[in-house]
Amino acid sequence: MEATMDILIYGLVNSTALALIALGFALVYGISRIPNFAHGALYVITGFFVWSLLRGAGLNYFVSIVLGMVITGIIGALMYQFILIRVRGMAISEIIASYAIGLAILEGLRWWGFKGMSNTLPVFWEGTIMIGDVPIDMQRILVVVIGVAVVAFLWVFTHFTRIGLALRGMAQDERAALMLGIDSDLMALVAMAFGAMLAGLAAVLLLPLGNIVVEKGYNVLIQAIAVCIVGGLGSWMGAVLASFLIGFAQILTTVYLGAHYQMVVALLAIILTLILRPSGLFGRQKELEERV
Amino acid sequence: MNMEQRRKERLDRGIKVRTDSIYALMSVRELAYLTLPRFVLIVGMLVLPLAMPGMYWQRVVSIVCIYAILALSFDFLAHFVGLVSLGGAFFIGVGGYITAILNTSFGMPPLLSVPIAAVAGGLICTVLLLPCLPLRGVYFAIVTLMYPLAMGRIIEALDILGGTDGIMGLESFPNRWVEQYLVIVMVLVFLFGLRRLVNQDIGLVFRAVKDNDQAVKASGMSITFYKAIAVFIASGMGCLGGACLVHIYMWSGISLFALDFSILPIAATVIGGAGTLVGPVLGCFILVPISELLRAFGTLRIVFYSLILVGFIVVRSEGIMVYGQRKYHQFQRWVKV
Repeated sequence: MEATMDILIYGLVNSTALALIALGFALVYGISRIPNFAHGALYVITGFFVWSLLRGAGLNYFVSIVLGMVITGIIGALMYQFILIRVRGMAISEIIASYAIGLAILEGLRWWGFKGMSNTLPVFWEGTIMIGDVPIDMQRILVVVIGVAVVAFLWVFTHFTRIGLALRGMAQDERAALMLGIDSDLMALVAMAFGAMLAGLAAVLLLPLGNIVVEKGYNVLIQAIAVCIVGGLGSWMGAVLASFLIGFAQILTTVYLGAHYQMVVALLAIILTLILRPSGLFGRQKELEERV
Repeated sequence: MNMEQRRKERLDRGIKVRTDSIYALMSVRELAYLTLPRFVLIVGMLVLPLAMPGMYWQRVVSIVCIYAILALSFDFLAHFVGLVSLGGAFFIGVGGYITAILNTSFGMPPLLSVPIAAVAGGLICTVLLLPCLPLRGVYFAIVTLMYPLAMGRIIEALDILGGTDGIMGLESFPNRWVEQYLVIVMVLVFLFGLRRLVNQDIGLVFRAVKDNDQAVKASGMSITFYKAIAVFIASGMGCLGGACLVHIYMWSGISLFALDFSILPIAATVIGGAGTLVGPVLGCFILVPISELLRAFGTLRIVFYSLILVGFIVVRSEGIMVYGQRKYHQFQRWVKV
């Protein structure tokens, strides 16, 4: 009974964490059709910014979080404006260019000496509470709460604000949106900045649970891709549902097989989904575009 | 006020007749003009090991050649068949592990285990990639990117094939000249062989698969069959490269599935010139020595070549070779409009 509660609670936490990680990726892909392979790098670099603002500049924790996220958003926007805009529409060049940027950021941080166990962010809220028999710390509860809040916020944002509606229009039909006077490049820029900030938010919430290490960038990227592919590229609600699927699958394999298998689950999920149903479980049907 | 406008006119040299591969030669000079680049390439590759200052740089030449084989297979698959495979490391790893097993468990000499690994590895890769072949574009790219990562993690998690330690104690090639010239000759053979292949009938079908697969289907040909053949050729080449690499280092491990082997050939192709087949080889000869020279800077070299890659993709996406060929084969002059 206790094991079941364990799986339920930690599965929920893991799923929300995955959703937080993947939402930025899904948002950017859904709107600008750019597979942002620098997502993991943006995640890690936010941690780096917050860490250096907090420890180096000695700012207030909250202020450094906000500043760190804003800087990451600006980096995302600059990345789009100066590099990705030139290769837009060429899927492979987009992948290669964004991946190369991500690689440059991550390996640059590693070279700069950002490795090892010494770099940590403090948790927001110390303490542990018991749900049933399962101890759980406040940070993990906060992850779930904020994760749910972010999903709700995104839903409201894309359904009721002007810019959100424009973003959704772009995602649904770019040509029609262009005819209605929505600036495609501007919207893609906004999406990119927004996606980068979401990656930053995920980093700020999840990094206090462990160390800031460069390898996380690669894992985060794989997890984001796994969730988005299983949920269907470009589908936001699909991404949320898929993150629950993968999140619980990961926890189950960790409990019954061992922690080594956690990444194998994500990778196999990607491969199997692409082979069996490339548009994902909840993606829109675009069979003619995705395969022969 | 000077209203005169000028434009640049480009003219093909006189020896070119309609298509790219037919020439009308009138003199020895024209013959020399045509054969010189090929001659320089072949002779240059063959004397390269002799010109290297020491063992270390000769080893670098071998590594360059292995990357060049991989880049050739990427270029062939991406620009002549339309399958952008980001999983070069998968081919390297499969070939490497097969030859490692053949060598250590069955005691085969390297000169026997390497060709077997190439063919068997090609078959295994083709069978494993078979379900993904109907996929297009970005979907195929992502799935192939995940194959080597998944393979590495599975070996790590299941602790098979030597687990994280890898397989050690492989035989090396009989002597270092065999090692050197084996890979160099292989690069040349594959380079000219693939250039032949893409101009044969089957090459035409490959390009048709890339440009308009529905038309190929409508002509009553199986797209999957032709894609499978192309993947077999490309993955066989990759496995051959991996097998040689393993025998050079006398060690086979999870790092064979590392992203280096997927990224560097792509970078080389982008820099050298996509779709030229010579370009990727040239790109490898530029990138790999640079990354060796920068070895002292640690991971900064990865930053460096990522930035080169981004720069080329954004600013000069045609690559060095396409640019060079244009300059070599065409006259340019300004004419008044």
